[in-house]
Amino acid sequence: MPAVEIDGLTKDYRVGFWKTRTKRALNSLQLQVEPGEVFGLLGPNGAGKTTTLKILFRLVFPTSGTARILGRRLDDVAVHYSVGYLPEHPYFYDHLTMEELLHYAGRLFGLGKDDLRRRVGRILEQVGLAEFRDLPLRRASKGMVQRAGIAQALINDPAVVFLDEPMTGLDPIGRREVRDLILQLREEKKTVFFSTHILSDAETLCDRVAILNRGHLQGCGELREILSLGVSTTEVILENPGDGVLEDLRPLVVSLIRTGDRVRLEIADEENIEKTLAIALRARVKVAALNPVKVSLEDYFLAKISETEPETAAPAEVHPK
Amino acid sequence: MGRVLTIALGAFRESVRERVLYSLIVFAFLMIGAAILLGSISVGVERLVLVNLGLAAISVFGLLIAIFIGIGLVSKEIERRTVYNILSKPVTRAEFILGKYAGLVLTLLVNTAIMTVGFYVALAIQKRGLGLQDFSLLTAVYFILLELAIVVGVAIFFSCISTSILSAVFTFCIFVIGNFSSDIRGFGQESGSVALQKVTGALYYVLPNFSDFNVINQVAHGVRIPSLLITANTCYALLYITILLSAAVLIFEQREFK
Repeated sequence: MPAVEIDGLTKDYRVGFWKTRTKRALNSLQLQVEPGEVFGLLGPNGAGKTTTLKILFRLVFPTSGTARILGRRLDDVAVHYSVGYLPEHPYFYDHLTMEELLHYAGRLFGLGKDDLRRRVGRILEQVGLAEFRDLPLRRASKGMVQRAGIAQALINDPAVVFLDEPMTGLDPIGRREVRDLILQLREEKKTVFFSTHILSDAETLCDRVAILNRGHLQGCGELREILSLGVSTTEVILENPGDGVLEDLRPLVVSLIRTGDRVRLEIADEENIEKTLAIALRARVKVAALNPVKVSLEDYFLAKISETEPETAAPAEVHPK
Repeated sequence: MGRVLTIALGAFRESVRERVLYSLIVFAFLMIGAAILLGSISVGVERLVLVNLGLAAISVFGLLIAIFIGIGLVSKEIERRTVYNILSKPVTRAEFILGKYAGLVLTLLVNTAIMTVGFYVALAIQKRGLGLQDFSLLTAVYFILLELAIVVGVAIFFSCISTSILSAVFTFCIFVIGNFSSDIRGFGQESGSVALQKVTGALYYVLPNFSDFNVINQVAHGVRIPSLLITANTCYALLYITILLSAAVLIFEQREFK
């Protein structure tokens, strides 16, 4: 049984002063998240990531389509016993302390006093807030509030954890801590469904990703497959090649960029690499580097987005990784 | 039921930690102090002045708390997005509304109890002791509480469909109209216009009728409040609150949090 099944979810928002126009935030989204995987929902701002998560928690209602979490319908509130949710830019009752927030959340799950005390202590340790347990949330930093948000999402020991932009607003240390926490959840065999526009986080954490843009699913697959798809070019860097050599090389390369004494060539197929190297050796030009160019998730992301947005097309050059 | 209680106690705790609550209590005690002062310079009618002013203070400050905290109960949760955390737990929207409502009613109960104790202390100081007939004043306090419970229902209803500020305006308007609903119907009947009679008649039945809840003047003069009125007011308040909360839940069930 999939952890999350999304079948044709569409969401139209009414916009404008008289709410007469509609804006499509999500268009027939089709997704399936398997148990135990870390799944990343990627996309720029306004892509429909938060709308998807809000639909899953019935904070907004779909215009059409259905979804299930752990095989249960979304209107079955009992499914919330098995899930945790960190909203985007979380805000909690700021008159509560960290510890009180977790007790409050735990009581909503009907947890007993002793069990709750044990869990709160463990989770505060897990998210690095043990020494701030008595700190009121109104005096906590943004990073602490984010961690408190993750802690309250874990209080019921959920099977599936939904995190909406968990790294937003965190400093590098905070981001590292949240990353470690997600990795820890993966080790505990929990399903993690998180949205982000920070690609490096997705690259580090996700088993599979889906890419959304303007409500449309642009692609979905295993990260390593996506990242290995584009190992199709090779970068060759030459030192001080003469103009005659460059003229000979120009037909063989995809791009040619001169930076000071060095020239960076990007070559698409193996035969041309051999020819390039032969020309360079014959002209006694020093080959400073030769690297395969991998497609980063960022390149994939930009390429996918450019399919629906020609004006923001991906750069012609593929960045070396 | 446990979840409703948790939300209610959470709302109560939030109110207790709001500074506005304490300032209102302080103001209420100042009013009671002023009542003692005014009573002492009102020769022959000391008790009457003290009872009128003291109970009026309990009513007015209770009303301020009911409106100012009540309007934020739901709309503030939506504006600050704290509602996301609650509704992502195994909590239905009806439980959320009921919990919030019960929390504020509990706050008002405790608040009114504190002010009533203060009022009786003032009365005891002035009269140098309390008599059995003084406890009949509790009927007026009970009616104030019923009235406040309806006002909280109105506030929570508007809080589900509007912003905090508009909810405050609407709730206050309903409270004022509710205190004059009999007069409004009388005005319609005397106007001679059939349309106006129908409109004022409809308003009389739809809007809460608070005029029967104000018995401060009667109890101050020692008039006994009939038990039929107590029963009728209790049933009316329960029915009205049930209708208000049901409407609030129905609206809140459809509400989207964008």
